[in-house]
Parts: sequence; structure tokens; C-alpha cells
Amino acid sequence: MASQDIAESGRESPGVSFLYDPKIRGIFYQAVVFIAIITLIYWIVGNTVANLQRSNIASGFGFLKGRAGFDVSQSLVQYTSDSTYGRALYVGFLNTLYVAIIGIVTASILGFLIGIGRLSQNWLIRKICLVYVEVFRNIPPLLVIFFWYFGVLSVLPQARESLSLPFSSYLNNRGFSFPAPVWGHNAGLIGIALIVGLVLSFLVARWARKRQMATGQIFPVYRTAAALILGLPLLAFVVTGFPLSFDLPKLGTFNLSGGAQVKPEFLALYLALSFYTAAFIAETVRAGILGVNKGQTEASYALGLRPGQATRLVVIPQALRIIIPPLSSQYLNLTKNSSLAIAIGYPDLVAVGGTILNQTGQSIEVVGIWMVVYLGISLITSGLMNWFNAKMALVER
Amino acid sequence: MYKTVLQGVLGVAALAVTATAASAGTLDDVKAKGFLQCGVNTGLPGFASPDDKGDWSGFDVDYCRAVAAAIFGDPTKVKFTPLTAKERFTALQSGEVDVLIRNTTWTISRDTSLGLDFAGVNYYDGQGFMINAKKLSGINSALQLSGASVCVQAGTTTELNLADYFSANKMEYNPVVFEKIEEVNAAYDAGRCDAYTTDQSGLYAIRLGLANPDDHVVLPEIISKEPLGPAIRQGDSQWADVIRWTHFALLNAEEAGITQANVEEMKNSDNPDIKRMLGSEADTKIGTDLGLSNDWVVNVIKGVGNYGEIFERNIGTASPLKIARGINALWTKGGLQYGMPIR
Repeated sequence: MASQDIAESGRESPGVSFLYDPKIRGIFYQAVVFIAIITLIYWIVGNTVANLQRSNIASGFGFLKGRAGFDVSQSLVQYTSDSTYGRALYVGFLNTLYVAIIGIVTASILGFLIGIGRLSQNWLIRKICLVYVEVFRNIPPLLVIFFWYFGVLSVLPQARESLSLPFSSYLNNRGFSFPAPVWGHNAGLIGIALIVGLVLSFLVARWARKRQMATGQIFPVYRTAAALILGLPLLAFVVTGFPLSFDLPKLGTFNLSGGAQVKPEFLALYLALSFYTAAFIAETVRAGILGVNKGQTEASYALGLRPGQATRLVVIPQALRIIIPPLSSQYLNLTKNSSLAIAIGYPDLVAVGGTILNQTGQSIEVVGIWMVVYLGISLITSGLMNWFNAKMALVER
Repeated sequence: MYKTVLQGVLGVAALAVTATAASAGTLDDVKAKGFLQCGVNTGLPGFASPDDKGDWSGFDVDYCRAVAAAIFGDPTKVKFTPLTAKERFTALQSGEVDVLIRNTTWTISRDTSLGLDFAGVNYYDGQGFMINAKKLSGINSALQLSGASVCVQAGTTTELNLADYFSANKMEYNPVVFEKIEEVNAAYDAGRCDAYTTDQSGLYAIRLGLANPDDHVVLPEIISKEPLGPAIRQGDSQWADVIRWTHFALLNAEEAGITQANVEEMKNSDNPDIKRMLGSEADTKIGTDLGLSNDWVVNVIKGVGNYGEIFERNIGTASPLKIARGINALWTKGGLQYGMPIR
């Protein structure tokens, strides 16, 4: 097709050399740029390999199978100093995901509350939310992390003088200790009951929606779902004979032992990331709600909807269309900011990778892994948010 | 074959590759640059720390100055790059520093897979533990530390020894790991951990900077061998020779009684060993064969003194650290420091 065009254009202007043909020129310049980029890549790779060989630095990913030899303070999976470097990186990766996911959930809840609070009719609530947003939005995230770590958590009392909180939990400068649940016989039934409750609620909601579409009758879906999701596991709990005991934290020689513990490094990072990102989410939410024309609310009132229904059924679905795209960026920011963990010693991917880099000297490989992992997490997050956005977008007929 | 063809096609690029691969030795680079770039600790009193005017002092810092004096005859022709434990090897590998004198332990994996060479051991150390004796009275051995939270710097041999020691003794512990030594110090001082572990010399140095130094004690156990020494990039034997023989010259000067004060008059000594070392022997080629001037040892000693003087001034009895020579005494006094003969 292209060659035919070129031939034709050549025929149409017989006096002009093919050198002046815009199509040939286009192809030529593209070829030049292509060759230049390939040359550059070849040169960079060749140069790197030559320099690595010249400095006698081992390369390749074989080091991942070596014994790590160091311990990690927080691990979601089984890990000891005898595990491999690959396992250590995996532990760091899970720690990054852990703080990012919990942070995103908390930041979203907090952000929505504060964003709505900024539009409250109550003067005090409105101003408190305004101050919150302006304070956290205008401080660098690293300082927010330091504030929580050095300003709040490290001034808590020592382990021996822990603050006693209700339910045998304790707060000290080593973290927050609380009773760990120990499930007994047949405890699996409770989980099954929970799943059954969830599935039933989903089915009830679908049926209620269909019936409302057909007959206009409203069914109390939320109350039924709450009863199913809470009631069924509770019933199972009673039937199986209360198979739950608690492992209480006790004071050992140095620390509280037993129970479950949340380390101050994690707490500081989690709180800082949540509070910092919540300020941005609050502004996004406020903008989204204000972006819905006031006429929409008035129209829904005119149709006889109650204020709660008007917000839920008319305003929020439209506001979400404005909120979701910038919200994705905030989620990505939160995930990437989690690498600031290194400043307070939370063992995330960057901190663990840095130790490995230092021990094996394989900086290029480790930095490559970092980049691929963060890119992967970000792309997956964007993908999910785009899917959600498409689902929420205005369906035009 | 494939590579040859490609190199022919991409002539310019290939030239650039080969040009980078064939660079001059570090000694020539340093001479051309006019100063030595030395990688040191970010702040370990006694070994390397800046004062309030930004002037560096310490045992490792004086070693950097000794090398500068050997090359340029001037101990001030040196610039310091403060490096964390994690940054140090990358900085050396990438050529950001010419030599790394930063209480770095000589181990086989660092010597081989990291692409480094060690030029000697300027301080024989071992890893220990420090605790707050006021808060933890009754603890007088590292073997009682089961269940403790232990502060440690990331990316050190210390971190690895700690894991090995606790697992070998079937004890539990919580590692509290920071990247910068200042962060570890602050966390320990704030009571985030029960014990602090690093090289014993480091513990004595760090203790001085704590809020109440007298509350803290260093436990008696030494759990590892930590031979600390200057590191350089592998495969540059001329540069290795300069660093290695500067170290031996400092030791031999102490052995021969040559000090900063008497080095000028020692040049006229009748002792052939001293004459040879100080380059006052007729037609000597020792210095020039090394790529330096023949009076390089004179310059070193005039600049910083001998090994014993450097030790006493920075970490020995004349300093706040008050570390005894111990195994770092000369071999003639029952220690391990042994300078190879300069002849």
C-alpha cells in the first residue's frame, strides 16, 4: 500500500527527485532515529558489561539463591537468616504491599470523611477539616513520618512502664501489643459461615434490586446483609462451643512477650502515609462533590428522594466519575512514598534490597528489581482503577 | 564474530566502549587530579568525624592523610567523602572515591565477589554489645540477651554476625535496623532497643556521644573477628602497593622509633634500615619504584606521625576513647601489627 503511494506520488511529479518525497523522508528519518536508539542501547549495555568485567564485579541473578544471613524485623511469611536473598526480597516486597494496601484503605476512609467534612454545614467541623488538609498537604511526607516516629511513638514509655489499655493491650516505645486470638477446634466453621453470609447477602441484594425495578417495592437490603454477615458466624461460634482463647502479652526480661505486636516502625509509616495521602484525597473528594451540579440534588428532591438517598443515588455516583482518576494517582503516590520507610528502619523492599545490594555488590541487578517491582505494582494499581473508572463512567446510549 | 560485525558497523560507539575500558591506574588519576578522594565514616568519633568547622579528624582520617602525604608530600591534599555502610562499596566500585578507609571488615566475599582488594589491617577489632546497665542491672553477659531488641546498622558484617550468634546460641532477638549510624545511635539512646551491637572500638566511640555515657556498659563477649582495613578496587596492584606500603611504613616507623618530631634528624641516622626507609640511602629507588618520591616515608611521618602516634592521638589513652593498644600493639610488644620490611 505504502510503496504504491510512493510510486504514484513519484509519477505525479516527474521533475522532482525522490529525495524530496515526504513519505520517503519520513521513513528515512524514522530509520535514523531507530538506528540511533539501538546504537545507544548497545553502547550503554556494552559499556556497562565492560566496566563490570573490568572491576571484577560478579553479575547476573544467581546471587538470589545465596544464603541471606541477616534477619528481618517484620515478616509476613516464614523467614530466617538461613533463607535466600530471593526470599528476603520477597519479604520486603510483601512488607511494601502490606503497608501500601492498609495505608490506601485508611487514607481513603479518612480522606472521604474529611472531604465531606469540608462541605459540612457545621462551622467547627468545616474549619477543623480545612486545617487538617492545609497542614498535612503542605508538609513533605518524610517529615510526617519523622513526626510520627520521633514525635509520637518514640516518646512513649519503656517496655517495663507500658501504658495499659483495655483488653490486656499495651502501648510502649517498642510498639503496640495486644492479645492474639488462638482458634480452637472447628473454628473453620465460623469462616465458612462468614462466606455463606457474604454470598447470601449478595444474592439478596440482587433479588431486591430486580424486585424494585419490577414492582417499585423497597427491601431493607443493608439490615438483612448485616444480619447475615454478622449473625451466621456468631451462630457458628455458639454452636461450635466458643472455640476461641487469647494469648496475652506478658512482660519478659526485655520486652513484652506473647500476644501479637505491631512495631513502631510500621505504625509510624502507616499512620504517616495514611494521614498525608488523606489530605490529598479529601481535596479530590470535595472537588468531586462540588463538581456535581446543584440542580441534580434539587431535581432528586423534587422526585421525592430523601437527602440520604439523594446523596447516595444521585450525587455520589456522579461525583465518583470526577474523583476516581485523580484518586488513582494518590494511590500510586502512597505506594511509592512507602519507600521512605528506609528512614525509620521499616524493612520494605528498598531497605531489604539495599542490604542485599551492599552484601553482594550487585547494584545493577538489585536496582533493576526495585524498578520492575514498583513499575509492576503501579501498573496493576492503575489497571484496577481504570477498570473501576470504566465501570463507574457515564454509560451513554 | 557477531560482536566484531556490530562493532564495525557502530564504529564510534565501539571506540567509546574500548576507550572507557582502558583507563589509567588510580595512582596516575590521583596525581593528575591533585588530591586524594578518601571514603570515610559519616561520623564515628575517634575514627572519622567532622568538627563544628567541618574539619575531619580520626584514626581513619589520618590514614587518608598519610596516603596523601606519601603521594603529594602534603597531608592536606585529601578530600573526604562521608559514606554510610550501605553506600561505601558502590562509591568505591564506581570510582567516586579512590580509597575506602572506613572501618571496613576484610572478608572473603568482599575480597572476591565485590571486586575489592584490601591493602592490610590497620585495626584488629571484634564485635561486642553495649547495654544500658542502669535500666538492665543484672545483665552482665551477651548470653543473657535472649528476647532483647538489638540496634544494628544495615549492610554490615555486624548484622550478619548478630544473626549467627543468636541462632548459634538458640536465642531470640528483634533486630532494629537503620541505614545511618546516627539513626542507630538515636534509636538506642531513645530506648528503642535494649542492646547496641557493632565493633567494640565503635561501641566505645558511640558511648561518648550518648546522653549519659556512664549508664552504658560494653559487655565482655567478643563474638567475631573484625579486621578493619583500607579497601581499593580490585586489579590495580600499583595503587594497592601505595596503600599497603604506606600502612607498613607507619608500622615500621613506630618500630624504629621514628616520630613526627624526630624524623628530620633521623634522616642522618647511621642505622642502614632507617636510612633506607627514609630514602637517604645513596641511589635509592624504593620510592620511585613505588611511583612516589624517594622521601615518601619522611613526608608521611612528618604529616601524621607513626602508627603509634596516630593511635594514641585519636583512640588511645591520649583521647577521650581511651582504648588500650591490646592486639593492635606492634609484634615486638606482643600484638599483631607487623610491618613488612622496607628493603
